[in-house]
Parts: sequence; structure tokens; C-alpha cells
Amino acid sequence: MTMKRDQMLRALARHRTDEVVVAVYRAANELIHIDPSELNYTFNAAMGQGSSAALGLALARPDRRVIVLDGDGSLLMNLGTLVTIADAEPANLLHCVCSNGSYETNGAVPVPGRDRASFPELALAAGYRDARRIDSVEEWDQALPELLAAAGPVLVDLVVEPGEETWPDDFRTLHSIERRDRFIEALAARRS
Amino acid sequence: MSGSAGAPLSATAIRGQLDRAGVRFVAALPDITTSEHVLKPMLADPSLRVIQVCKEDEGISICAGLYAGGERSVLMMQHTGLLDSINCLRAVGVEGENPVCMLVGLLRNEPGVPPSRSPRYGLRIVQPILGAMGVEHELLEFAGDEERIGPAIARAYERRRPVVLLIGGEPL
Repeated sequence: MTMKRDQMLRALARHRTDEVVVAVYRAANELIHIDPSELNYTFNAAMGQGSSAALGLALARPDRRVIVLDGDGSLLMNLGTLVTIADAEPANLLHCVCSNGSYETNGAVPVPGRDRASFPELALAAGYRDARRIDSVEEWDQALPELLAAAGPVLVDLVVEPGEETWPDDFRTLHSIERRDRFIEALAARRS
Repeated sequence: MSGSAGAPLSATAIRGQLDRAGVRFVAALPDITTSEHVLKPMLADPSLRVIQVCKEDEGISICAGLYAGGERSVLMMQHTGLLDSINCLRAVGVEGENPVCMLVGLLRNEPGVPPSRSPRYGLRIVQPILGAMGVEHELLEFAGDEERIGPAIARAYERRRPVVLLIGGEPL
């Protein structure tokens, strides 16, 4: 089974309150339309780096939940991040991997290890507190309240495919310095 | 411009500069130039949060995330790691306008001999690459050079640009 990425994002938006969401590539491109929060961090212009930026945010702001919407190709490019994150033990970090089995932005070429490598098993072996695979939007919707409250780091491998609603790639917006600065201001204003 | 030739860098002075610059987080891979007298004491100091990373480019993005969350940090590595993380420094540091402050050990550098004249290719290319990228960098080799660390970090945060502090000799 798989779930449509736009439906996955809409479910997340329904449960989200004031969490920081770090997103990369297609998930980021769709997130800014489906859930245009000022706490969206989409300023990752180097592939594979979303989870590392999320770790920095989670460590800087332990008072705030940080969710990263990583990609399978992106995580493969920075696989050591699993060990780094597990070692740093950010209790406020939820690491979601949008697994479509493809470098979708780079020409839809299959990723290596597709249907073979297991991100949840890799995360657990690295030392994450919990990890699981979710392949239906109903299960994702039901699991979100628990996942958003769980002590991290937790990894969720989300099996997705392109949704019904898509938008053209807009890296100018995703990587905008002005938007990043508004994110910093919005996050700073939410000190508890 | 280097400090007094002959006297080595001081690890205590380096740490003092970082403290005064408001650095509370350090992302690091071990570097033989600084491991013994700079990084190991940091790892033993509960007042500083050291994040040990598996690869240098992770550290660049962690520092960017810390900046977005309101914290100051430095990233430690050796120059081979700098060469390995050039794309991330380009994208996250320069184009992303993040004040990523890097302490980079020059493996097998000879203090007093400009890296540009080193017999080692890997050392000769470091400063020209940083120059081509427009990344501010300083060479620290002798006692007294540590005093340039704090102002360099302050400039990086003021201008929101990366800075690379090249450690050309083992701090003692």
C-alpha cells in the first residue's frame, strides 16, 4: 500500500498545532501550499541536509517539537545522520521519511535499495527510541497524536506516491532568505 | 598576519574566545591538530554541548539549524573534511546566508610556512578554494592569533556569512 503525499500532508496539517516542520524537496513544495505556516523551515539547498538542520533546531529549542519531512533519496545521501541524531538524543524530534522509492525531483530515477533497505530497522539499530513504517493515510491519521507526543528521536517511514494535487517546483520560494528570516522571527517570538 | 612566531597557539585562549563569543554548541569531527587539547576538554565540559557528527556537512546544517533557533555554535573538523563539505558550505553557508563558524585543523601544516607553499597539494588548495567561494578565512598559527577568533565569529553573525578559522599548529 501507499498513501497520496498530499493526503499525508493534509492529515499532518489537521493534527499540527505549533510544531516546527522542516521539509525537503516535493514534500516542502507541497507543504507550503497545504499548510503555509510561518514555522515551516524549507531552506535546505543541499540535498540530504534536512534532518541535520532539524537536529540543530531541536537542540536549540528543546521547548518545541520539531518534525522533519525527509526524503528517502535525501536520507540515503546523509545516512550517518541517523547515528548523529540518536547520539544527540533530541526528545523533541520526529523524523519522517517520505519514501517514494524515487529521486522524484531529479528525473524519477529509482533510489538504490528500493524495497530492500529498511529505514526503521536502520534507525532502531542506530539508537532511535522508536521507528515504524506507515503505508496508509488512515493509519497515519490515527498514529499522529501519539507520534506528536512521543519522546524522540522517533522515525516514521511514510510510504507515499505523488498526490492528486501538485504544484510546480518553486525553489525560489523554498530557499528564500526573506522567508527564512520570518521563520527565525516567528520561532523567536514563541519562547516558552 | 600571524602572532609571535615560535610560541604555539593556546587551547585555553581558544576556548576563552569561544566562550566570550557566546558559543554554547560545538559540532565536531576529530582533527588531530585540535583533538587532544581543544576537543577532548570540550567533551568533558558539561557547560558546552558537543554534537559529534558522522560527516562534516551534517555539522554545517546543524549549525544553521542552531542559528535559526537562536543559538551560536562552531564546527570543528580537519581540512580534508572541509574539502568534503564544499557543496554544503556553498549552499547552506554562503547562499543560505548562515553564520557557520568553522575551526579547521590543517593536517601536517608547518607553522611559519604558508599553506600556499606547502609541499602537500591538499593544504595548498585550501585557501584558494575559500577565496574563490568568497568565504572569509583566517590562518591561526602562533600565540596571540587566538584573539582573532572572537571578532571573526562576531563578524560572521553580523554579516550572516560563514567564516573559516584555519588552525595551522597544534594548540597546547
